[in-house]
Amino acid sequence: MLIAQAIIDGILVGGFYALMAAGLTLVFGVMDIVNFAQGALVVLGAYLSYALSVHLNIDPFLSLLITVPATSLLGVAIYWVLIKPIKRDRVVMSLLVMFAVATLIEGILDWVFKSNLVQVHASYVNKSFQLGRLNFPAIYLYAFALSVGLLALLYTLIYRSRFGRSLRASMQNPVAARMVGINTDRVSAITLGIGIGLAAAGGMVFGTTNAFNAASSYDLISRLLVIVILGGFGSISGALVAALLMLVIQDVVAVVWSPVWGQTTFYLVLVVVLLLRPQGLFGRRAVRAQ
Amino acid sequence: MSATDVSNRTATDSPASYDLPRTVRFGSLLLVVAALVVFPLVFTNPTITSVGVFAMIYLLAVSGWNIFSGYSGYIALGHALFFGIGQYSSAMLTSRFKIPAGWDLFALLPVAGAIAGLAAVPIGWMLLRVRKHTFIVLTIAVMFIFQLLAFNLRSWTGGSQGMQLPFPTWSGAYFNEPFYYIGLLAAAIALVTSWWVRRSKFGLGLLAIRDDEDRARSLGVRTTRTKLVAFAISAVFVGAAGAIYAPFIGSVFPQFAFDPSFDLALAVMAFTGGLGTLIGPALGALVIGSLQQYFLLQFGGANVFLIVYGLLFVLILRLLPQGIVPSIAARWRQWVTYRARNTPSTGVPPDSAPDVGRPFDVVLNQGGSA
Amino acid sequence: MSVLTVEEVRKSYGGVQALRGCTMAFAEGAVNGLIGPNGSGKTTLFNVMTGYERPDAGRVLLRGRDMTQATPDAVFAAGVGRTFQLTRIFPRLTVLENVHVAAQRRGLLGQLRRWTSGAEHERALEALDFVGLTRLSREPAGSLSYGQQKLLEFAFIMVASPSVMLLDEPAGGVNPTLLRHLAGRIKALNAQGVTFVIVEHDMEFVMGICDQVSVMHNGAALMEGSPEKVRSDPAVLDAYLGTDVSAAEA
Repeated sequence: MLIAQAIIDGILVGGFYALMAAGLTLVFGVMDIVNFAQGALVVLGAYLSYALSVHLNIDPFLSLLITVPATSLLGVAIYWVLIKPIKRDRVVMSLLVMFAVATLIEGILDWVFKSNLVQVHASYVNKSFQLGRLNFPAIYLYAFALSVGLLALLYTLIYRSRFGRSLRASMQNPVAARMVGINTDRVSAITLGIGIGLAAAGGMVFGTTNAFNAASSYDLISRLLVIVILGGFGSISGALVAALLMLVIQDVVAVVWSPVWGQTTFYLVLVVVLLLRPQGLFGRRAVRAQ
Repeated sequence: MSATDVSNRTATDSPASYDLPRTVRFGSLLLVVAALVVFPLVFTNPTITSVGVFAMIYLLAVSGWNIFSGYSGYIALGHALFFGIGQYSSAMLTSRFKIPAGWDLFALLPVAGAIAGLAAVPIGWMLLRVRKHTFIVLTIAVMFIFQLLAFNLRSWTGGSQGMQLPFPTWSGAYFNEPFYYIGLLAAAIALVTSWWVRRSKFGLGLLAIRDDEDRARSLGVRTTRTKLVAFAISAVFVGAAGAIYAPFIGSVFPQFAFDPSFDLALAVMAFTGGLGTLIGPALGALVIGSLQQYFLLQFGGANVFLIVYGLLFVLILRLLPQGIVPSIAARWRQWVTYRARNTPSTGVPPDSAPDVGRPFDVVLNQGGSA
Repeated sequence: MSVLTVEEVRKSYGGVQALRGCTMAFAEGAVNGLIGPNGSGKTTLFNVMTGYERPDAGRVLLRGRDMTQATPDAVFAAGVGRTFQLTRIFPRLTVLENVHVAAQRRGLLGQLRRWTSGAEHERALEALDFVGLTRLSREPAGSLSYGQQKLLEFAFIMVASPSVMLLDEPAGGVNPTLLRHLAGRIKALNAQGVTFVIVEHDMEFVMGICDQVSVMHNGAALMEGSPEKVRSDPAVLDAYLGTDVSAAEA
């Protein structure tokens, strides 16, 4: 029964990890940029929701209406100011730039909010539903529903919209996309905005379910990167599967063995998988084949 | 710094020499070494000398890091891993062998370095199977694995309680100086190693890997072995830096031993000075390492420094991605060329390989896959 | 006696068949020409012979030894050096350093000594001198023009002294004077026993230098023979004129 509970927890938590990881892998798929700042941006999103709930008494889920657009704009700005001018060795240089951005955000958050742990509060944070002997925390259920909704929206956007067509074209062949008149810079900027917006949405959930401070970003980004590497860089579906899988594994190990080893397993799985399959569990860019 | 090791040919079409005269190079080297040696004798204020110790630790670590990342182009953002291994080695060895924390402490330096170097072999073997961004990401992940291990293997590492190192036996008034000189000595060894790697056949292989790994491999460069050896060498020096840091601070904690901001620090210093050059990263370490500690001691608050580091790194990558030293070198080369062109007596030979170009052929051949 | 042989080699990319059962033999000690219209599979054949691509079927033999599964470095170690149609040099290394990368050294001590030491340095300087790049030896190779990069690539393959040299369009972007010089060098190396296989579109160059010419068409061998024979063969002319270049590229 403990294991069943652990699996359910893993799936529910995996849902919003999938959301954050989808943002990361989408950005990589479109412009070969490893957004190392994704973790810091998740924490930024969490702090924004926290500030809105503390100072203006805004419900965390409602606060997304403010935080997601705001962080998306930040993403667009980051693209135009920092990423677009990179000329040489784009993949590595952009990773380093985003690493610097992550540090900058962490420093600013630590400076503004100090380093004590905080958590976003709402009336339903501690509620939960019972089903037999299984426990479903309300906040996880709402967060899972939010994740599913946003991911469905993302899929619609990518596969059903005009913008999605340009986006997929840019993913497959940026040069050809540019030749047929797609403004790849605009697509890239918007994609980074979307990716970072997803980080902010994930951040709200992270902030309501965990006590956090600015330094939480490192733990987050390393988990997200593990998920994205396992799923195959650039593959959204791969990231979804990997997120659920990893969180379930972590929770089961935590229950069966010990909580401290749960997280270590997370990384050890990565090491083992990469020894056997350096291209990740689901190969590279499965999204392109769809 | 790529145009160093060519013997001067006296043919009429000899290449332009970009090197400074030998006397100038040796003179400035002596000057810098002398300045670093007398520094703690002139500035005896403990605050200043402790800044000096940190500068030496960074100098050592960055010079070691550069041997791998600078020359091979594989940017490792997880070398705090070896910094931490060095720290824990030092702490465990002192507690295990009851080393009285006198000068014997420094005898552990090569041991800690060797442990880090040995650990680097399997880790590097695993990491170096992937390239570019995946490599960078994995270096960070592996560092976090070790941080978690340090937290979790309580019986060995003391977990979050950390470990205490014995207090040095020498006089408190001169607490910093031994650390400074040991750091300087180790950094000098790292820089000599770096210089020697740069001019060796092995180092040329690393640089070729940086430019085009597959091509280098197809030309007989043993790429896997070359990368791994460089990775291990860099780990030795970064580990040794940890083994100076730990006894200097007096304690080891998982989150400070395996600290991602240390990774950032190495990268910022190397990029600022000039990644892959011999003296660029050293320069970066001396300037930024000293400033960091100075500001930390003056104003406190690590977060301010995170902001400064972040901003500085963004600015460097954005405005001066080559780093300071290569930018100066490029100016210097321009000036040498300019001077050569404006000296009539040299008589620059006519272009022996004018590129007439055959656009027809080029156009014809764009189709095939090369 | 043939040095390099390909037997029934097939290679396709998706739906495009680049090689459809290509069988060819290149004579030891000869300067072999390999010609054919664009898209006939010459570069793919080079890639298969040097380990850059695995064929879907068929075999590659080097002096009777099966090299079908060999990696590029193994092929190089076996004495087969190649240049690329689009040059692959080390752009941030200096011209001289580029040449030295290919110079082989064995053992730990060799790796530890400076790269400019040893007899290979003389050879490197000589090779640079030959291609006329001595004056530029301290410049980063990436700053060279396309033609100069072609010559540099030739120089660094030369330094490794392979017994077989595969040249993918050595004349591209090289000026006529230097081209004659290059032809002379190929002849000289050939006289020392080096076998050449040359893909080239410059017919004058090919006909002037090659002992034997093989013609490819649609991913297979069309014919082979002396330059005179190939030049006057109507099938060859048909292959060149009858192929819609853009369609064959795909």
